[in-house]
Amino acid sequence: MFEKGGTKMNRKNKVRNFHQAKWDEPVIFELSNKGERGILFPEIEKEIEMDIGDGISNLPKNMVREQPPNLPELSQMQVLKHYLRLSQQTLGADLNVDIGQGTCTMKYSPKINEKLATSSKFTELHPSQDETTVQGILEIIYKLDLFLREISGLDKFTFQPSGGSQAIFAIASIIHAHHEASGESEKRDEIITTMFSHPSDAAAPIVKGYKIINIYPNEDGLPAVEALEKAVSNRTAGLLITNPEDTGIFNPKIREFTRIVHEIGGVCGYDQANANGILGITRAKEAGFDLCFFNLHKTFSSPHGCGGPAAGALGVTEEFIKYLPTPLVEFDESKYFFNYDVPRSIGKVRAFYGVVPAILKAYSWIMSLGSKGLREVSEIAVLNNNYLLKKVLELRGASAPYAEGRHRIEQVRYSWDELYRETGVTTEDITCRMVDFGFHMWSSHHPFIVPQPFTLEPTESYSKAEIDEYIAGLKKVVEEAYENPEIVKTAPHRSVVHKIDVDSLDDPTRWAITWRAYLKKSKK
Amino acid sequence: MKKVGLIVNPIAGMGGKVGLKGTDGQAILAEAKRMGAEQVSPQRTVKALERLIPLKNAIELITYPQEMGEEVANQCGFNPKVIGSITQGMTSSDDTKQACKDLFKMKIDLLLFAGGDGTARDIYNSIGNEIVVLGIPTGVKMHSSVFAYNPMRAGDLAMIYLQGKVKELKEAEVMDIDEEAFRKGFVSAKLYGYLRVPFGRRYIQGLKAGSPPTEKYSQEAIAQKIIDDMEDDCFYIIGPGTTTRTIMEKLNLDFTLLGVDLLHRKKLIEEDLNEKKLLEHIKGKKAKLVITPIGGQGFLFGRGNQQLSPNVIKEVGKDNIIVIATSHKINSLNGHPFLIDSGDTELDRLLSGYVIVITGYQESVVYRVTS
Repeated sequence: MFEKGGTKMNRKNKVRNFHQAKWDEPVIFELSNKGERGILFPEIEKEIEMDIGDGISNLPKNMVREQPPNLPELSQMQVLKHYLRLSQQTLGADLNVDIGQGTCTMKYSPKINEKLATSSKFTELHPSQDETTVQGILEIIYKLDLFLREISGLDKFTFQPSGGSQAIFAIASIIHAHHEASGESEKRDEIITTMFSHPSDAAAPIVKGYKIINIYPNEDGLPAVEALEKAVSNRTAGLLITNPEDTGIFNPKIREFTRIVHEIGGVCGYDQANANGILGITRAKEAGFDLCFFNLHKTFSSPHGCGGPAAGALGVTEEFIKYLPTPLVEFDESKYFFNYDVPRSIGKVRAFYGVVPAILKAYSWIMSLGSKGLREVSEIAVLNNNYLLKKVLELRGASAPYAEGRHRIEQVRYSWDELYRETGVTTEDITCRMVDFGFHMWSSHHPFIVPQPFTLEPTESYSKAEIDEYIAGLKKVVEEAYENPEIVKTAPHRSVVHKIDVDSLDDPTRWAITWRAYLKKSKK
Repeated sequence: MKKVGLIVNPIAGMGGKVGLKGTDGQAILAEAKRMGAEQVSPQRTVKALERLIPLKNAIELITYPQEMGEEVANQCGFNPKVIGSITQGMTSSDDTKQACKDLFKMKIDLLLFAGGDGTARDIYNSIGNEIVVLGIPTGVKMHSSVFAYNPMRAGDLAMIYLQGKVKELKEAEVMDIDEEAFRKGFVSAKLYGYLRVPFGRRYIQGLKAGSPPTEKYSQEAIAQKIIDDMEDDCFYIIGPGTTTRTIMEKLNLDFTLLGVDLLHRKKLIEEDLNEKKLLEHIKGKKAKLVITPIGGQGFLFGRGNQQLSPNVIKEVGKDNIIVIATSHKINSLNGHPFLIDSGDTELDRLLSGYVIVITGYQESVVYRVTS
């Protein structure tokens, strides 16, 4: 369904047509063919068996499987084809102008950092090695801790949490340990957050057993100080808040928030998962926070989610170091070492020391930029975002609810409500149509207070030309929405997945995340 | 073949442009006509029906004669089965009710009706929530939640419902205000009941805010929280609504969906109390009041629960008012604050500010209240 004529990109036409490979590819378990193998191991030679046994019978009995694992049985070539086909059906950050994933901070991750992380000098390390043999990587972990202390103003970091939500869980655990030490943990069972903070700020403390009080924004998009005053009480354990929030609006009263919570004995945790707009500009310490975390896979450019394992760097003030998960990496002026002597530690939140490749990549990224470079990252990210904001608001039917006429920090949660009212075209339709032009857009804009929401975050990576390209794509889709809405509503026309029933995603009876669960649920 | 009923209230919406607040009643209709009002409902219905043209041969459209459906159905190229009879140009509320009953007997799968709150009430009064309905918004007053966002959306939602792509239903409020009082400047809204409508999230505000399963789980979690926190020495006044009803269902108690019920030690003291009876029971005793805002409007007091008068509220005390709502319900307000119109300005001012709303077993939100 390519448009006739003029579809090639040039100086005048910035809209690029795209057609994705579409394979009718089954789940790998459905391709399984009993007895098929990727590698056929040769029979053990008699001489060797005489020397060392058959390799199985001298294993401890409790470690030998009684049944082989229920894995798909395929040849190497089948496996390779299967995953290549799947890879052709994705749109990654290296393939498209990936600014439609607001809050995710999909920035360019320089390939040199990947090279370092895949070097055999690094990949052949084992976490159980004696610390004297891994001084190099311990130095990197320790120095990244020093960098993040400088960036946040806090006093010590751990990299053990393997993502933002796990870091929030660790923060909730530290808050709990803190109140336990003063005998107040049972009474103080409430955590306060805000609706436009990251949803995990509410979700992870619930897992720890906390009750959540969530503050709705006022017309200006910000939580009111009076609303916080309504929420705090002697049951308050702490505050977990994102700033700037997911609207891209910075809460200028954040110091007042931390003051109010401290005054009633609460602890303040700062969700800096996405700190891309504030590096070198504001710090957790000056805003009055006791705890904070950064997602290294967002702001610090170690790739993200499915692009690579994540890391939630968790920082604390001096008072809270005693609760950090162990081991901490320390330096005694002659060597780096693991410190397990943290008697009040909340315990481990993950095995070993965290996702070390992500730590290495973030370290390399910071070293390549320097302190001035970090600030410049944020300045460009904010400039890019406000350029994009101006351009999006020139499009018919688009708006940026709250804080009208004001600049935003690193991202904006826009609304297509006006376009929807006039054409019936939804954000979801636009998302699907953008794919036809090779742009991936994310679909999560929780908590969906903004009608027909869509969240864009250009980061510092994209040039003006690429932002213009993105805007040209959006403009094209908006024009179609007004002139020929059906083409947008029935999109995507040139991509892999068509419209799906999103309701099913909320219904545990209708989804399965493992093959076994699928077999079980589909039988019913 | 799916059977679709169609009822057009041809006079709905006529009062709007000439500044009359609604068109209920023959006298006011005559007044509207005298002022030059023209029919708007049929044209708006066409916009909905046009969306269903692709299903023309896959559904059986059954409707009432002439301006009550036949004409617009023919205009859109349908070949409707026409039942019943009307006096052209003289249709009234009674015709809507009769059409409803007749269509109900035909075992239709979906009733599409074009009108406003008055029409929704007529549907509710004649067949209750026995069949699945969907409102095409063509009236002046549309406080009820049974209407699609606009006529095109109504057509689209009907289409995907008939195609089986939307299986979920939700109970939507039928609200109406007293037109006579409204014309004199007083707003007095009442909750009449609930009709079952297809629940298509793409067609309602607050896209993806909550799906039918999460909505149900949330209501049950909220109800369980209220029950687990119940104190033995306290009366509990349960206000109207589907969220509050879940509490009664979980306790296996009878209840009035639209009325106010009173509990003590998790037992029903009395159903459907008025202000006087409420005060008799709770005077001088410890009592808590459990209420939920009206969906889509956000009224806490003064709409649909006038039994909870200023005197009752004062007797209970501000700190003993427990507000419950699912996140979806709050998000559907699109950031507009809760409203209070208790009839007592001083009390309204006292209750304004911020309120904590229970939204789950371990979850609550702080939300703004204005009068």
